[in-house]
Amino acid sequence: MRIGVLAVQGDFGKHRDMLLRLDIEALLVRTPQALAQCDGVIIPGGESTTLTTVMQKHGLWQPLQEFGRRKVIFGTCAGLIIVANEVPGHAHSTLDLIDITVARNAYGRQVDSFIDTVKLELQGAAHTMEGVFIRAPKIVACGNSVHILGHYRKDVVAAENEHILVCTFHPELTDDTALHRYFLHKVSRHLHD
Amino acid sequence: MQNDKNMKVKIGLAEMLKGGVIMDVTTPEQAKIAEEAGAVAVMALERIPADIRAHGGVARMSDPSVIRAIQKAVSIPVMAKCRIGHFAEAQVLEALGVDFIDESEVLTPADEEFHVDKWNFKVPFVCGCRNLGEALRRIAEGAAMIRTKGEAGSGNIVEAVRHMRAVQGGIRRIQGLGGEELVTEAKNLGAPVELVREVKKLGKLPVPNFSAGGVATPADASLMMQLGAETVFVGSGIFKSSDPVKMSKAIVTAVTHYMDFKIIAKVSSGLGEAMRGLEMAAIPEDERMAGRGW
Repeated sequence: MRIGVLAVQGDFGKHRDMLLRLDIEALLVRTPQALAQCDGVIIPGGESTTLTTVMQKHGLWQPLQEFGRRKVIFGTCAGLIIVANEVPGHAHSTLDLIDITVARNAYGRQVDSFIDTVKLELQGAAHTMEGVFIRAPKIVACGNSVHILGHYRKDVVAAENEHILVCTFHPELTDDTALHRYFLHKVSRHLHD
Repeated sequence: MQNDKNMKVKIGLAEMLKGGVIMDVTTPEQAKIAEEAGAVAVMALERIPADIRAHGGVARMSDPSVIRAIQKAVSIPVMAKCRIGHFAEAQVLEALGVDFIDESEVLTPADEEFHVDKWNFKVPFVCGCRNLGEALRRIAEGAAMIRTKGEAGSGNIVEAVRHMRAVQGGIRRIQGLGGEELVTEAKNLGAPVELVREVKKLGKLPVPNFSAGGVATPADASLMMQLGAETVFVGSGIFKSSDPVKMSKAIVTAVTHYMDFKIIAKVSSGLGEAMRGLEMAAIPEDERMAGRGW
Protein backbone atom coordinates (compact mmCIF):
# COMPACT_ATOMS: atom_id res chain seq x y z
CA MET A 1 0.00 0.00 0.00
CA ARG A 2 1.48 3.33 -1.06
CA ILE A 3 0.18 6.49 0.62
CA GLY A 4 0.88 9.99 -0.64
CA VAL A 5 0.67 13.27 1.23
CA LEU A 6 0.00 16.28 -0.96
CA ALA A 7 3.02 18.51 -0.26
CA VAL A 8 2.11 21.66 -2.16
CA GLN A 9 1.69 23.66 1.07
CA GLY A 10 0.54 23.16 4.66
CA ASP A 11 1.30 20.74 7.50
CA PHE A 12 2.07 17.78 5.24
CA GLY A 13 5.10 16.97 7.42
CA LYS A 14 2.81 16.26 10.38
CA HIS A 15 0.74 13.81 8.32
CA ARG A 16 3.92 12.11 7.16
CA ASP A 17 5.04 11.76 10.82
CA MET A 18 1.65 10.26 11.68
CA LEU A 19 1.94 7.67 8.89
CA LEU A 20 5.52 6.83 9.92
CA ARG A 21 4.23 6.02 13.38
CA LEU A 22 1.90 3.54 11.71
CA ASP A 23 4.86 2.06 9.79
CA ILE A 24 3.77 3.56 6.49
CA GLU A 25 6.37 5.30 4.35
CA ALA A 26 4.59 8.29 2.83
CA LEU A 27 5.36 9.77 -0.57
CA LEU A 28 5.35 13.58 -0.69
CA VAL A 29 3.25 14.48 -3.73
CA ARG A 30 4.07 17.64 -5.69
CA THR A 31 3.59 16.35 -9.25
CA PRO A 32 1.03 14.26 -11.22
CA GLN A 33 3.76 11.61 -11.68
CA ALA A 34 4.08 11.16 -7.90
CA LEU A 35 0.30 11.09 -7.50
CA ALA A 36 0.01 8.28 -10.05
CA GLN A 37 2.09 6.01 -7.80
CA CYS A 38 -0.29 6.29 -4.81
CA ASP A 39 -3.11 4.07 -3.60
CA GLY A 40 -4.46 6.76 -1.27
CA VAL A 41 -3.71 10.43 -0.67
CA ILE A 42 -3.98 12.87 2.23
CA ILE A 43 -4.72 16.53 1.52
CA PRO A 44 -3.35 18.31 4.62
CA GLY A 45 -4.32 21.43 6.48
CA GLY A 46 -2.97 24.67 5.10
CA GLU A 47 -4.49 27.59 3.24
CA SER A 48 -7.15 26.35 0.83
CA THR A 49 -6.71 29.32 -1.54
CA THR A 50 -2.96 28.65 -1.76
CA LEU A 51 -3.41 24.91 -2.25
CA THR A 52 -6.02 25.48 -4.96
CA THR A 53 -4.05 28.18 -6.80
CA VAL A 54 -0.81 26.22 -6.84
CA MET A 55 -2.44 22.91 -7.83
CA GLN A 56 -4.37 24.50 -10.67
CA LYS A 57 -1.25 26.17 -12.00
CA HIS A 58 0.89 23.06 -11.91
CA GLY A 59 -1.39 20.48 -13.47
CA LEU A 60 -2.32 18.66 -10.24
CA TRP A 61 -5.96 19.68 -10.07
CA GLN A 62 -7.45 17.47 -12.81
CA PRO A 63 -5.38 14.38 -11.87
CA LEU A 64 -6.38 14.75 -8.21
CA GLN A 65 -10.06 14.99 -9.14
CA GLU A 66 -9.80 11.83 -11.24
CA PHE A 67 -7.85 10.14 -8.43
CA GLY A 68 -10.65 10.90 -5.96
CA ARG A 69 -13.26 9.29 -8.21
CA ARG A 70 -11.39 5.98 -8.21
CA LYS A 71 -9.25 5.95 -5.06
CA VAL A 72 -9.33 7.12 -1.45
CA ILE A 73 -8.58 10.70 -0.32
CA PHE A 74 -8.43 11.94 3.28
CA GLY A 75 -8.88 15.72 3.59
CA THR A 76 -8.28 17.56 6.86
CA CYS A 77 -9.42 21.17 7.36
CA ALA A 78 -8.24 22.95 4.16
CA GLY A 79 -8.14 19.51 2.53
CA LEU A 80 -11.84 19.11 3.39
CA ILE A 81 -12.66 22.45 1.75
CA ILE A 82 -10.89 21.37 -1.43
CA VAL A 83 -12.79 18.09 -1.85
CA ALA A 84 -16.21 19.49 -0.84
CA ASN A 85 -18.87 20.09 -3.45
CA GLU A 86 -20.05 23.45 -2.19
CA VAL A 87 -18.27 26.28 -0.36
CA PRO A 88 -20.43 29.43 -0.44
CA GLY A 89 -18.46 32.66 -0.88
CA HIS A 90 -15.26 30.82 -1.85
CA ALA A 91 -13.70 32.44 -4.93
CA HIS A 92 -12.20 29.15 -6.16
CA SER A 93 -13.67 25.98 -7.62
CA THR A 94 -13.47 22.77 -5.57
CA LEU A 95 -12.85 19.13 -6.54
CA ASP A 96 -16.51 18.29 -5.95
CA LEU A 97 -15.84 14.79 -4.61
CA ILE A 98 -18.11 14.68 -1.55
CA ASP A 99 -21.61 16.07 -1.20
CA ILE A 100 -21.09 18.44 1.72
CA THR A 101 -21.58 22.19 2.06
CA VAL A 102 -18.76 23.89 3.94
CA ALA A 103 -18.49 27.29 5.63
CA ARG A 104 -14.88 28.52 5.82
CA ASN A 105 -13.38 30.02 9.02
CA ALA A 106 -16.73 29.28 10.61
CA TYR A 107 -15.59 29.58 14.23
CA GLY A 108 -13.88 32.96 13.62
CA ARG A 109 -10.29 34.17 13.43
CA GLN A 110 -7.19 32.70 15.07
CA VAL A 111 -8.10 34.07 18.53
CA ASP A 112 -11.20 31.84 18.32
CA SER A 113 -9.21 28.68 17.49
CA PHE A 114 -9.49 26.03 20.22
CA ILE A 115 -8.93 22.45 21.40
CA ASP A 116 -11.81 20.36 22.69
CA THR A 117 -13.01 16.76 22.72
CA VAL A 118 -14.73 15.37 19.63
CA LYS A 119 -16.86 12.23 19.54
CA LEU A 120 -16.34 9.81 16.67
CA GLU A 121 -17.92 6.55 15.64
CA LEU A 122 -15.51 4.47 13.60
CA GLN A 123 -16.41 0.94 12.44
CA GLY A 124 -19.21 0.75 14.97
CA ALA A 125 -17.04 1.72 17.95
CA ALA A 126 -17.30 5.01 19.83
CA HIS A 127 -14.05 6.92 20.13
CA THR A 128 -13.32 10.29 21.72
CA MET A 129 -10.30 12.27 20.69
CA GLU A 130 -8.66 15.66 21.03
CA GLY A 131 -9.97 17.96 18.31
CA VAL A 132 -7.57 20.76 17.35
CA PHE A 133 -9.60 23.41 15.52
CA ILE A 134 -7.47 26.07 13.76
CA ARG A 135 -9.51 28.74 11.92
CA ALA A 136 -11.65 25.70 11.25
CA PRO A 137 -14.44 25.25 8.70
CA LYS A 138 -17.89 23.81 9.46
CA ILE A 139 -19.79 21.16 7.55
CA VAL A 140 -23.18 22.88 7.35
CA ALA A 141 -25.03 20.32 5.19
CA CYS A 142 -24.53 16.71 4.07
CA GLY A 143 -26.10 14.92 1.09
CA ASN A 144 -27.62 11.42 1.19
CA SER A 145 -24.45 9.77 -0.05
CA VAL A 146 -22.55 11.05 2.99
CA HIS A 147 -22.08 9.05 6.19
CA ILE A 148 -21.44 11.09 9.36
CA LEU A 149 -18.54 9.85 11.49
CA GLY A 150 -18.28 12.39 14.28
CA HIS A 151 -19.51 15.46 16.11
CA TYR A 152 -18.25 18.32 18.23
CA ARG A 153 -21.31 19.48 20.17
CA LYS A 154 -23.91 19.72 17.39
CA ASP A 155 -21.48 20.26 14.53
CA VAL A 156 -20.60 17.46 12.14
CA VAL A 157 -16.79 17.31 12.22
CA ALA A 158 -15.99 14.06 10.39
CA ALA A 159 -17.72 12.34 7.47
CA GLU A 160 -17.15 10.06 4.49
CA ASN A 161 -18.58 8.71 1.26
CA GLU A 162 -17.35 5.80 -0.82
CA HIS A 163 -13.92 7.27 -1.62
CA ILE A 164 -13.54 10.40 0.45
CA LEU A 165 -12.89 10.85 4.19
CA VAL A 166 -12.94 14.34 5.72
CA CYS A 167 -12.61 16.09 9.07
CA THR A 168 -12.73 19.77 10.03
CA PHE A 169 -10.05 19.46 12.73
CA HIS A 170 -6.40 18.34 12.78
CA PRO A 171 -5.78 14.75 14.01
CA GLU A 172 -2.21 15.12 12.68
CA LEU A 173 -1.47 17.66 15.43
CA THR A 174 -2.30 15.11 18.15
CA ASP A 175 -0.94 11.71 19.21
CA ASP A 176 -4.20 9.97 18.33
CA THR A 177 -3.85 7.80 15.22
CA ALA A 178 -7.46 6.56 15.11
CA LEU A 179 -8.57 8.55 12.05
CA HIS A 180 -5.36 7.80 10.15
CA ARG A 181 -5.81 4.09 10.89
CA TYR A 182 -9.39 4.35 9.68
CA PHE A 183 -8.14 6.01 6.46
CA LEU A 184 -5.58 3.22 5.89
CA HIS A 185 -8.32 0.65 6.45
CA LYS A 186 -10.47 2.42 3.86
CA VAL A 187 -7.60 2.42 1.35
CA SER A 188 -6.87 -1.28 1.84
CA ARG A 189 -10.57 -2.16 1.53
CA HIS A 190 -10.62 -0.41 -1.85
CA LEU A 191 -7.45 -2.15 -2.98
CA HIS A 192 -9.02 -5.55 -2.34
CA ASP A 193 -12.38 -4.77 -3.89
CA MET B 1 6.03 23.94 27.32
CA GLN B 2 4.06 26.29 29.52
CA ASN B 3 0.29 26.56 28.93
CA ASP B 4 0.22 23.52 26.75
CA LYS B 5 -3.19 23.68 25.06
CA ASN B 6 -3.03 27.38 24.29
CA MET B 7 0.47 26.97 22.84
CA LYS B 8 -0.63 24.01 20.75
CA VAL B 9 -3.37 26.11 19.15
CA LYS B 10 -0.87 28.90 18.44
CA ILE B 11 1.75 26.60 16.94
CA GLY B 12 -1.08 24.91 15.02
CA LEU B 13 -1.62 28.00 12.88
CA ALA B 14 2.13 28.29 12.24
CA GLU B 15 2.06 24.64 11.07
CA MET B 16 -0.68 25.50 8.54
CA LEU B 17 1.49 28.27 7.06
CA LYS B 18 4.38 25.92 6.27
CA GLY B 19 5.62 25.60 2.71
CA GLY B 20 4.18 28.98 1.84
CA VAL B 21 4.94 32.65 1.34
CA ILE B 22 3.86 35.46 3.66
CA MET B 23 3.78 38.81 1.88
CA ASP B 24 4.00 42.39 3.17
CA VAL B 25 1.11 44.50 1.86
CA THR B 26 0.01 48.10 2.48
CA THR B 27 -3.39 48.25 0.74
CA PRO B 28 -6.41 45.97 0.20
CA GLU B 29 -5.49 45.85 -3.52
CA GLN B 30 -2.01 44.55 -2.76
CA ALA B 31 -3.51 42.05 -0.29
CA LYS B 32 -5.73 40.70 -3.07
CA ILE B 33 -2.78 40.41 -5.46
CA ALA B 34 -0.95 38.45 -2.75
CA GLU B 35 -3.91 36.14 -2.07
CA GLU B 36 -4.49 35.48 -5.77
CA ALA B 37 -0.81 34.70 -6.24
CA GLY B 38 -1.13 32.01 -3.53
CA ALA B 39 0.25 33.75 -0.41
CA VAL B 40 -0.56 31.79 2.79
CA ALA B 41 -0.89 35.03 4.79
CA VAL B 42 -0.29 38.75 4.48
CA MET B 43 1.48 41.18 6.80
CA ALA B 44 -0.63 44.35 6.96
CA LEU B 45 1.61 47.43 7.10
CA GLU B 46 1.38 51.17 6.60
CA ARG B 47 4.81 51.13 4.92
CA ILE B 48 6.93 48.26 3.68
CA PRO B 49 10.38 47.99 5.31
CA ALA B 50 12.27 49.58 2.37
CA ASP B 51 10.08 52.67 2.73
CA ILE B 52 10.36 52.66 6.53
CA ARG B 53 14.12 52.73 6.01
CA ALA B 54 13.87 55.60 3.50
CA HIS B 55 11.29 57.54 5.52
CA GLY B 56 13.27 57.54 8.80
CA GLY B 57 11.76 58.72 12.10
CA VAL B 58 9.97 56.49 14.61
CA ALA B 59 8.19 53.52 13.00
CA ARG B 60 5.10 52.37 14.94
CA MET B 61 2.20 49.89 14.70
CA SER B 62 0.07 50.50 11.58
CA ASP B 63 -3.13 52.53 11.65
CA PRO B 64 -5.92 50.08 12.65
CA SER B 65 -8.03 51.27 9.70
CA VAL B 66 -5.31 49.99 7.31
CA ILE B 67 -5.34 46.61 9.08
CA ARG B 68 -9.15 46.40 9.09
CA ALA B 69 -9.39 47.20 5.38
CA ILE B 70 -6.92 44.42 4.60
CA GLN B 71 -8.76 41.96 6.89
CA LYS B 72 -11.93 42.70 4.93
CA ALA B 73 -10.26 42.23 1.56
CA VAL B 74 -8.88 38.68 2.02
CA SER B 75 -9.79 35.34 3.65
CA ILE B 76 -6.20 34.22 4.35
CA PRO B 77 -4.66 35.03 7.78
CA VAL B 78 -3.67 38.64 8.38
CA MET B 79 -0.60 39.46 10.48
CA ALA B 80 0.53 42.81 11.84
CA LYS B 81 3.62 44.18 13.55
CA CYS B 82 4.05 45.72 16.99
CA ARG B 83 7.20 47.37 18.33
CA ILE B 84 9.58 45.24 20.44
CA GLY B 85 8.35 45.37 24.04
CA HIS B 86 5.25 47.43 23.19
CA PHE B 87 2.65 45.18 24.81
CA ALA B 88 -0.06 47.84 24.48
CA GLU B 89 0.29 47.85 20.68
CA ALA B 90 0.07 44.05 20.87
CA GLN B 91 -3.11 44.31 22.96
CA VAL B 92 -4.62 46.62 20.33
CA LEU B 93 -3.67 44.21 17.53
CA GLU B 94 -5.22 41.32 19.46
CA ALA B 95 -8.41 43.35 19.88
CA LEU B 96 -8.46 43.90 16.10
CA GLY B 97 -8.45 40.11 15.67
CA VAL B 98 -5.20 39.84 13.70
CA ASP B 99 -4.20 36.19 13.29
CA PHE B 100 -0.51 36.59 14.16
CA ILE B 101 1.54 39.40 15.74
CA ASP B 102 5.10 40.03 14.59
CA GLU B 103 7.06 41.64 17.43
CA SER B 104 9.37 43.22 14.95
CA GLU B 105 12.74 44.91 14.80
CA VAL B 106 11.51 46.63 11.61
CA LEU B 107 9.63 49.05 13.88
CA THR B 108 11.45 51.27 16.39
CA PRO B 109 11.81 49.35 19.68
CA ALA B 110 9.67 50.57 22.61
CA ASP B 111 11.73 48.72 25.23
CA GLU B 112 15.47 48.13 24.98
CA GLU B 113 15.52 45.62 27.83
CA PHE B 114 12.37 43.50 27.69
CA HIS B 115 10.33 41.89 24.96
CA VAL B 116 6.56 41.34 25.25
CA ASP B 117 5.45 38.53 27.61
CA LYS B 118 3.73 36.58 24.87
CA TRP B 119 2.26 33.94 27.21
CA ASN B 120 -0.30 36.58 28.25
CA PHE B 121 -1.91 36.60 24.80
CA LYS B 122 -4.32 34.34 22.99
CA VAL B 123 -3.04 35.49 19.59
CA PRO B 124 0.22 33.82 18.50
CA PHE B 125 3.48 35.78 18.06
CA VAL B 126 6.37 35.48 15.65
CA CYS B 127 9.75 36.97 16.61
CA GLY B 128 13.00 37.50 14.75
CA CYS B 129 16.37 36.04 15.71
CA ARG B 130 20.00 36.08 14.59
CA ASN B 131 21.12 32.89 16.30
CA LEU B 132 19.92 29.95 18.38
CA GLY B 133 20.19 31.69 21.76
CA GLU B 134 18.00 34.56 20.60
CA ALA B 135 15.48 32.12 19.09
CA LEU B 136 15.22 30.18 22.37
CA ARG B 137 14.84 33.36 24.45
CA ARG B 138 11.89 34.40 22.30
CA ILE B 139 10.35 30.91 22.58
CA ALA B 140 10.83 31.14 26.37
CA GLU B 141 8.77 34.34 26.25
CA GLY B 142 6.01 32.50 24.39
CA ALA B 143 6.71 33.00 20.67
CA ALA B 144 4.91 30.37 18.56
CA MET B 145 7.04 30.93 15.48
CA ILE B 146 10.61 32.05 14.89
CA ARG B 147 11.97 33.78 11.82
CA THR B 148 15.42 34.95 10.88
CA LYS B 149 15.79 38.69 11.13
CA GLY B 150 17.83 39.08 7.98
CA GLU B 151 18.09 42.75 7.11
CA ALA B 152 14.58 43.95 6.29
CA GLY B 153 14.13 46.31 3.37
CA SER B 154 17.64 45.67 2.06
CA GLY B 155 16.79 43.29 -0.79
CA ASN B 156 20.01 41.55 0.23
CA ILE B 157 19.81 37.91 1.36
CA VAL B 158 23.23 37.81 3.05
CA GLU B 159 22.00 38.52 6.59
CA ALA B 160 19.10 36.03 6.43
CA VAL B 161 21.59 33.37 5.32
CA ARG B 162 23.93 34.27 8.18
CA HIS B 163 21.09 34.03 10.72
CA MET B 164 19.63 30.79 9.38
CA ARG B 165 23.06 29.15 9.29
CA ALA B 166 23.70 30.31 12.86
CA VAL B 167 20.42 28.78 14.09
CA GLN B 168 20.90 25.49 12.23
CA GLY B 169 24.57 25.28 13.21
CA GLY B 170 23.60 25.86 16.85
CA ILE B 171 21.03 23.06 16.66
CA ARG B 172 23.56 20.65 15.11
CA ARG B 173 26.10 21.54 17.80
CA ILE B 174 23.63 20.63 20.57
CA GLN B 175 23.03 17.23 18.95
CA GLY B 176 26.65 16.36 19.64
CA LEU B 177 26.67 17.41 23.31
CA GLY B 178 26.40 15.06 26.26
CA GLY B 179 23.77 15.58 28.96
CA GLU B 180 26.34 17.05 31.36
CA GLU B 181 27.27 19.73 28.79
CA LEU B 182 23.78 21.12 28.31
CA VAL B 183 23.65 23.47 31.32
CA THR B 184 26.88 25.13 30.26
CA GLU B 185 25.59 25.33 26.69
CA ALA B 186 22.39 26.97 28.00
CA LYS B 187 24.48 29.46 29.97
CA ASN B 188 26.56 30.28 26.91
CA LEU B 189 23.49 30.63 24.71
CA GLY B 190 21.65 32.71 27.32
CA ALA B 191 18.67 30.36 26.97
CA PRO B 192 16.69 28.15 29.39
CA VAL B 193 18.18 24.68 29.76
CA GLU B 194 14.73 23.07 29.35
CA LEU B 195 14.54 24.45 25.82
CA VAL B 196 18.13 23.41 25.09
CA ARG B 197 17.17 19.86 26.18
CA GLU B 198 14.11 19.98 23.94
CA VAL B 199 16.21 21.06 20.94
CA LYS B 200 18.57 18.14 21.60
CA LYS B 201 15.63 15.75 21.72
CA LEU B 202 13.83 17.12 18.64
CA GLY B 203 16.83 18.00 16.47
CA LYS B 204 15.06 21.24 15.59
CA LEU B 205 13.36 24.23 17.23
CA PRO B 206 10.19 23.37 19.21
CA VAL B 207 8.25 25.88 17.05
CA PRO B 208 8.22 26.40 13.26
CA ASN B 209 11.28 28.16 11.87
CA PHE B 210 10.63 30.63 9.03
CA SER B 211 12.82 33.04 7.13
CA ALA B 212 12.57 36.79 6.63
CA GLY B 213 14.63 39.82 5.73
CA GLY B 214 16.07 40.27 2.26
CA VAL B 215 14.27 37.74 0.02
CA ALA B 216 13.97 39.37 -3.43
CA THR B 217 13.91 36.53 -6.01
CA PRO B 218 12.58 32.95 -6.45
CA ALA B 219 16.14 31.64 -6.07
CA ASP B 220 16.49 33.54 -2.76
CA ALA B 221 13.34 31.74 -1.55
CA SER B 222 14.71 28.35 -2.63
CA LEU B 223 18.03 29.12 -0.91
CA MET B 224 16.32 29.82 2.43
CA MET B 225 14.11 26.72 2.15
CA GLN B 226 17.16 24.56 1.45
CA LEU B 227 18.95 26.06 4.45
CA GLY B 228 16.05 24.92 6.65
CA ALA B 229 13.34 27.59 6.50
CA GLU B 230 9.83 26.14 6.58
CA THR B 231 8.15 29.21 5.03
CA VAL B 232 9.40 32.48 3.61
CA PHE B 233 8.36 36.04 4.43
CA VAL B 234 8.78 38.46 1.54
CA GLY B 235 8.64 42.09 2.54
CA SER B 236 9.79 44.71 0.10
CA GLY B 237 10.82 42.12 -2.52
CA ILE B 238 7.40 41.91 -4.16
CA PHE B 239 5.94 45.40 -4.28
CA LYS B 240 9.35 47.00 -4.93
CA SER B 241 9.89 44.81 -8.00
CA SER B 242 8.89 46.00 -11.47
CA ASP B 243 6.14 43.35 -11.88
CA PRO B 244 4.65 42.43 -8.46
CA VAL B 245 1.97 40.06 -9.87
CA LYS B 246 4.53 37.97 -11.71
CA MET B 247 7.11 38.16 -8.92
CA SER B 248 4.64 37.06 -6.22
CA LYS B 249 3.48 34.03 -8.24
CA ALA B 250 7.07 33.11 -9.06
CA ILE B 251 8.16 33.15 -5.41
CA VAL B 252 5.12 31.04 -4.36
CA THR B 253 6.04 28.44 -6.99
CA ALA B 254 9.71 28.51 -5.97
CA VAL B 255 8.81 27.72 -2.35
CA THR B 256 6.58 24.74 -3.23
CA HIS B 257 9.14 23.36 -5.71
CA TYR B 258 12.24 24.58 -3.90
CA MET B 259 14.25 21.52 -4.95
CA ASP B 260 13.04 21.48 -8.58
CA PHE B 261 15.48 23.77 -10.33
CA LYS B 262 13.95 23.44 -13.79
CA ILE B 263 10.72 24.88 -12.43
CA ILE B 264 12.60 27.66 -10.61
CA ALA B 265 14.48 28.46 -13.83
CA LYS B 266 11.17 28.73 -15.65
CA VAL B 267 9.48 31.04 -13.13
CA SER B 268 12.61 33.17 -12.79
CA SER B 269 12.61 34.00 -16.51
CA GLY B 270 11.52 37.46 -17.65
CA LEU B 271 10.49 38.68 -14.20
CA GLY B 272 11.66 42.22 -14.90
CA GLU B 273 13.76 44.00 -12.34
CA ALA B 274 13.90 42.69 -8.78
CA MET B 275 14.06 45.36 -6.07
CA ARG B 276 17.27 47.32 -6.37
CA GLY B 277 18.65 46.34 -2.97
CA LEU B 278 21.48 47.60 -0.81
CA GLU B 279 25.00 46.37 -0.13
CA MET B 280 25.36 45.80 3.62
CA ALA B 281 28.35 48.17 3.65
CA ALA B 282 26.02 50.92 2.38
CA ILE B 283 23.82 50.58 5.51
CA PRO B 284 25.46 52.31 8.51
CA GLU B 285 25.60 50.11 11.64
CA ASP B 286 23.15 52.30 13.54
CA GLU B 287 20.59 52.05 10.73
CA ARG B 288 20.59 48.24 10.65
CA MET B 289 17.39 46.75 11.97
CA ALA B 290 18.70 43.28 12.91
CA GLY B 291 20.61 44.69 15.87
CA ARG B 292 17.37 45.73 17.59
CA GLY B 293 16.22 43.34 20.33
CA TRP B 294 18.67 40.93 21.96
